[in-house]
Amino acid sequence: MASASTSESALECRKPRCLDGGNALALLALVLVVVAIGSAAIGSYSLSLHDWWSVLRAPTENSTPAIVLLQIRLPRLLACLLVGSGLALAGSSYQGLFNNPMVSPDILGASAGAGFGAAVGILLGFDFVAIQALSFAGGLVAVLLAWVLAAGLCRRGDPVLMLVLVGILIGSMFTALISLTKYMADPFNKLPVITFWLLGSFASITPKDVRLAGIPIVLGCIPLLLLRWRLNVLCMGEQEARTLGVNTGALRFMVIVCATLITAATVSMCGMVGWIGLVIPHLARLIVGPNHKILLPAAALMGGGFLLLVDDVARTAGPLEIPVGVLTALIGAPFFLFLLMRERGSEA
Amino acid sequence: MNLTLERVTGGYGHRTVVHEIEFSLEPGEVVCLLGANGCGKTTLFKMILRLLRPKSGCVRLGGEDIAHWPQRRLARTLAYVPQMHAPPFAFLVRDIVLMARAAHLPPFASPDKSDRRIADEALDSLGILDLASAHYTEISGGERQLVLIARALAQQAQWLILDEPAASLDLGNQIKVLRAIGELARSGLGVLMTTHVPDHAFLYAARVALMSEGRILAMDTPGMALTESSLRKAYGVEVRVVEISARPGMRMVVPSF
Repeated sequence: MASASTSESALECRKPRCLDGGNALALLALVLVVVAIGSAAIGSYSLSLHDWWSVLRAPTENSTPAIVLLQIRLPRLLACLLVGSGLALAGSSYQGLFNNPMVSPDILGASAGAGFGAAVGILLGFDFVAIQALSFAGGLVAVLLAWVLAAGLCRRGDPVLMLVLVGILIGSMFTALISLTKYMADPFNKLPVITFWLLGSFASITPKDVRLAGIPIVLGCIPLLLLRWRLNVLCMGEQEARTLGVNTGALRFMVIVCATLITAATVSMCGMVGWIGLVIPHLARLIVGPNHKILLPAAALMGGGFLLLVDDVARTAGPLEIPVGVLTALIGAPFFLFLLMRERGSEA
Repeated sequence: MNLTLERVTGGYGHRTVVHEIEFSLEPGEVVCLLGANGCGKTTLFKMILRLLRPKSGCVRLGGEDIAHWPQRRLARTLAYVPQMHAPPFAFLVRDIVLMARAAHLPPFASPDKSDRRIADEALDSLGILDLASAHYTEISGGERQLVLIARALAQQAQWLILDEPAASLDLGNQIKVLRAIGELARSGLGVLMTTHVPDHAFLYAARVALMSEGRILAMDTPGMALTESSLRKAYGVEVRVVEISARPGMRMVVPSF
């Protein structure tokens, strides 16, 4: 009796995740392609079908449609894809690693550190490439600090908990340092630049930015995708994972290095775009289930698509561009609340 | 492959919980580890599973000190069955069992068809193959415990180390789980399990290690190890060991009034 009713309820619960892994990924990829083409088509300069055709036929031509499409929209589209997919991938990995669905990729202070690096770069009047490099380095230093301090403090006990606690501390310390930098900045020319930069925006993306930040993002994504099945085992907790044959220390190190590369690179390219790394993994889990083998690619596809859509709104909704980081927070927070209510509902 | 403990001493920080434990176990029989709360059972388990480094002494498998074995080799030899739990994510039962294959796969690989077959066979051998596509978080406690045992089987290790496999199960599930464990031992696996119920040791164990204050008090067949005086020493209460007239040779522990 009992086992019959439980397997029935299990079947019912499977309904929302009705797609099997491969089909779900194919569908998500298709949606992403449609969103990408749509995003390339819309904007303040409208492109006719004829324009598309002429650009596709002669991509090097110096016509206005070619410049709009290849110099402005394509880099921006790629930047959104890289940032959205990268953050969603890093977020899903972190949620598995820390065995906690409330964790986002900046939990160990990566974005705060990167933000501080950028703020200092702007304050000192560096050129754009130097600002990006400083920002990237700031993100790495913050997480390295958290790692070293946690390892020093945690001779025994729960290493993961210690890492999260120290990470939150380091993060808030760097946030305070960002405030200090802003306070010291010239309020007429440097403070606005720092503030807008930290809000997160793709408005000034150039093909060079995409190339520069794209390398660490892709380098971070590949090992995460290769190791993704082992993240399942880590969800059983540190000790159990070890008895199942996983070298948890090495795996944790790899995941943190990769997620930090991704997060620091995204902040160095486009400022702080929050919420994606927290919300998209939840949404993906709702559709394909918690198995990281499917979850990670699904989250990457959805993260890229989601950020493209948000950026479309950011650049078309008002007469001026809305900073995309503001929009992801405005959309992300209520959306996350909705997901939580849904998850609670299915538990009851 | 023998599991041998050589003067194993260990604990946390400056506190020593387990003192110079020494025994050697052979596969093919169920060995029960009994003792009061806080007597060091869990600490001893952690050292056997290499989750805690002994302060002195060593744990040997087939004569080799396991201290420097690679994690995967250890997991291919010792499989651990924790007390049932609920992970934060709603994995499918099959995905939980497949995790056992981590010990057999290289780091960047993920399970393939043959691994899925091994997982399904493990579920089938415990009679719970129909749960394969259910969510682990939604099945009953007894089913979860069986799933964790199935996962240990899919690990294809020579030894099963079980932490109170019958705790918090109802009577029917207790018998089901313990019977399954007994059959696994008869099939040639080594089984070391903790329990809080001496009756389970009488029923299913070939040998018993009774622990008290970090030391082995008695190590023998259940009948020899679990006597009224040794149980009084281990648990600090007066008990009587009675023979059940309806089942000759079967014993039970009851409180003495």
